[in-house]
Amino acid sequence: MEDFRIPIGEWIETVLDWIKINFAVIFDGVGTAFSALIEGLTDALLAVPEPALILVFALIGWLVRSWQLAIGTAVSFLLVVAMGQWTPALQTLSLVLVAAIVTIAVAVPLGILMARNATASAILRPVLDFMQTMPALVYLIPAITFFSIGVVPGVVATIIFSLPPGVRFTELGIRGVDPERVEAGHAFGATPGQILRGIQLPLAAPTIMGGINQVVMLALSMAVIAGFGGADGAGKEVVAAISTLNVARGVEAGLSVVVLAIFLDRVTSALGAPGDYRSSILAILRRRRANRPSGAEVTTRARV
Amino acid sequence: MNENSSSIALSAKNVYKVFGKKPQEAVRRLKSGTSRSELAGHATAAVIDVSFEVKKGEIFVVMGLSGSGKSTLIRMLNGLWEATSGEVIVDGTSITGITPAKLRQVRSEKISMVFQHFALLPHRTVLDNVAYGAELRGVPRSEREKRAREIIELVGLAGNEQKLPDQLSGGMQQRVGLGRALAADTDILLMDEAFSALDPLIRREMQEQLLELQERFGKTIIFITHDLNEAMFLGDRIAVMRDGRVVQIGTPEDILTDPANDYVEQFVQDVDRARVLTAGNVMERPISVVAEGAGPRTALRAMRDTYSSAVYVVGRDRTLRGIVRDRDAIKLVQKGESSLASIIRPVPQAVSVDDVLLDLFVPAIESEVPLAVTDDRSRLVGVIPRVTLLAALGPGTTATGELTIPQQAVPTTVIDELLASGETDAAPAVHGSDPKEVH
Repeated sequence: MEDFRIPIGEWIETVLDWIKINFAVIFDGVGTAFSALIEGLTDALLAVPEPALILVFALIGWLVRSWQLAIGTAVSFLLVVAMGQWTPALQTLSLVLVAAIVTIAVAVPLGILMARNATASAILRPVLDFMQTMPALVYLIPAITFFSIGVVPGVVATIIFSLPPGVRFTELGIRGVDPERVEAGHAFGATPGQILRGIQLPLAAPTIMGGINQVVMLALSMAVIAGFGGADGAGKEVVAAISTLNVARGVEAGLSVVVLAIFLDRVTSALGAPGDYRSSILAILRRRRANRPSGAEVTTRARV
Repeated sequence: MNENSSSIALSAKNVYKVFGKKPQEAVRRLKSGTSRSELAGHATAAVIDVSFEVKKGEIFVVMGLSGSGKSTLIRMLNGLWEATSGEVIVDGTSITGITPAKLRQVRSEKISMVFQHFALLPHRTVLDNVAYGAELRGVPRSEREKRAREIIELVGLAGNEQKLPDQLSGGMQQRVGLGRALAADTDILLMDEAFSALDPLIRREMQEQLLELQERFGKTIIFITHDLNEAMFLGDRIAVMRDGRVVQIGTPEDILTDPANDYVEQFVQDVDRARVLTAGNVMERPISVVAEGAGPRTALRAMRDTYSSAVYVVGRDRTLRGIVRDRDAIKLVQKGESSLASIIRPVPQAVSVDDVLLDLFVPAIESEVPLAVTDDRSRLVGVIPRVTLLAALGPGTTATGELTIPQQAVPTTVIDELLASGETDAAPAVHGSDPKEVH
């Protein structure tokens, strides 16, 4: 019994090797595209003067949430600059943004498919469980063999790791739409596409946005791990700090990740519940737009 | 049957709906006599062998308790559920087994729906909700908004066009739901427990408004409810459902006065009969009636024979001309006149055959003789004594049947007559003895 062993690991390695050899062209293309995207975005962000970029982040915070977030954002991002972590922080941010956008682009359609098709849901659910529970670092190994050291394996691992909540929340959101409202769509002769766009997606939007918030947060946590795969950014700083037991450097890199995390979380969660933040610029604009026509009606009625 | 098929808005023919595995086999077993409860465990038979026809412009109410299959039934009428067996025909088009595109066309052109919990789209304004059906049909924005504004005005929501549904009360939200269905410009309206989620006062208001709108537009309405009073108030005809089957279809009066079985009878026990039964349902044949040309002696004789203090006077065509009182007739006899014309008084309490019993109480109190009931050409078609009115409110089928009435006191007319024949100066005594003269 001692010698009995099922070599699942070896089998999968064999399969992955076969994939790597036979689909090398595809991997090269995907890798080039990802690294170009991320490096391009990083370069673009770095090209903007630091105070201007911080102002933009602060304005985004105010736009979707509150002036308090704007001030907090400005102060904490200035702290990142002061710690000398600005460049790695922006590299991590680019990685997270690219990975999150790709994830959402895959997750939302998959979630819609699962909500409408019971078979697809039954097949995909265990796959998602697998993706979510597998230790995140494990994804890095095949990703590195496919794409070699650098930012690309980090992105790919991040996408795989952060995909499940995006899919799940989308499915949950669409399934959770009041069935009577969907029936109302059918009863007035709407096509399935019209029901999806006009009823299910808008009503599921808060839940889907909750999923997107989760995607972004998981992407950020994975982006740090991506440092082990050689991706530039805060993660790489952390890895370097670990290998040299440099507490100061580790704390500073960690803090900059915390700052990014808080900013991304507050912004994405506010996007999911726009009604909760009445002092945001968006809410003020909406109110002004809503008041205009009803104000006109009041005057016409007064005249009558 | 065929020549009046154009007057049928919608019909269901032996419709079944079974949920669960092997629904077709379940239908086969039901057809061969298996009961619904024997199927339980394998399949749920929600609707069993239901057939009915709804005429154009009719309010057809499907009434039943929860679990009776009425919600499933209404969803088969616009194809939200497909019938497991049988056929649903909407305005001449069978919607059973047609393509999804055809079905969508039928829904958007012929049949719209109002939902129990309103099912409004919370992210759209009232205006956009009401214009939803037209928007799906591809009507240009300005045109559909113009129409939607008219409808909003009509359902009493003017000024709320730009509000979101959440900003409105429940009653107002259902007005939006009703407006959405009306604005779809379909001939048939399905209403699934549409007023059940509303407060009683608002519900009443909405019911009345629905009747007004129906009168105005002549829509065919199929209304689902578990509230028998609502069914009786709204329905031209009512189908009572129990355990998936229709147990009786009939007018509210039919169901109330002639229940098909114990279940329906039990059900109608709690109905507010005063709001459902009409004068025409309970009236009796008028007996104390004289013709216009008759003299005072004939009138007095009629009063004596029927123990009443007055008689109705009708023309040749049976139109109600008025009432003659005993005292006046006596005076006339004493004066020796032979025409009743001078003493015929109007009958302000006369009621119409369509008046519900609730509206008869006050006239019945004010009237000294059984209430006169007239039809739309003001002909005297019946009378309602007060005892009949009371008896009609009780349960059971006795309402319109024969009653045993305790013997009444000797009517004043008899005494009057007696006194009149004995003495010649009886008039002042009569005057004082009549309490109705006081007011």
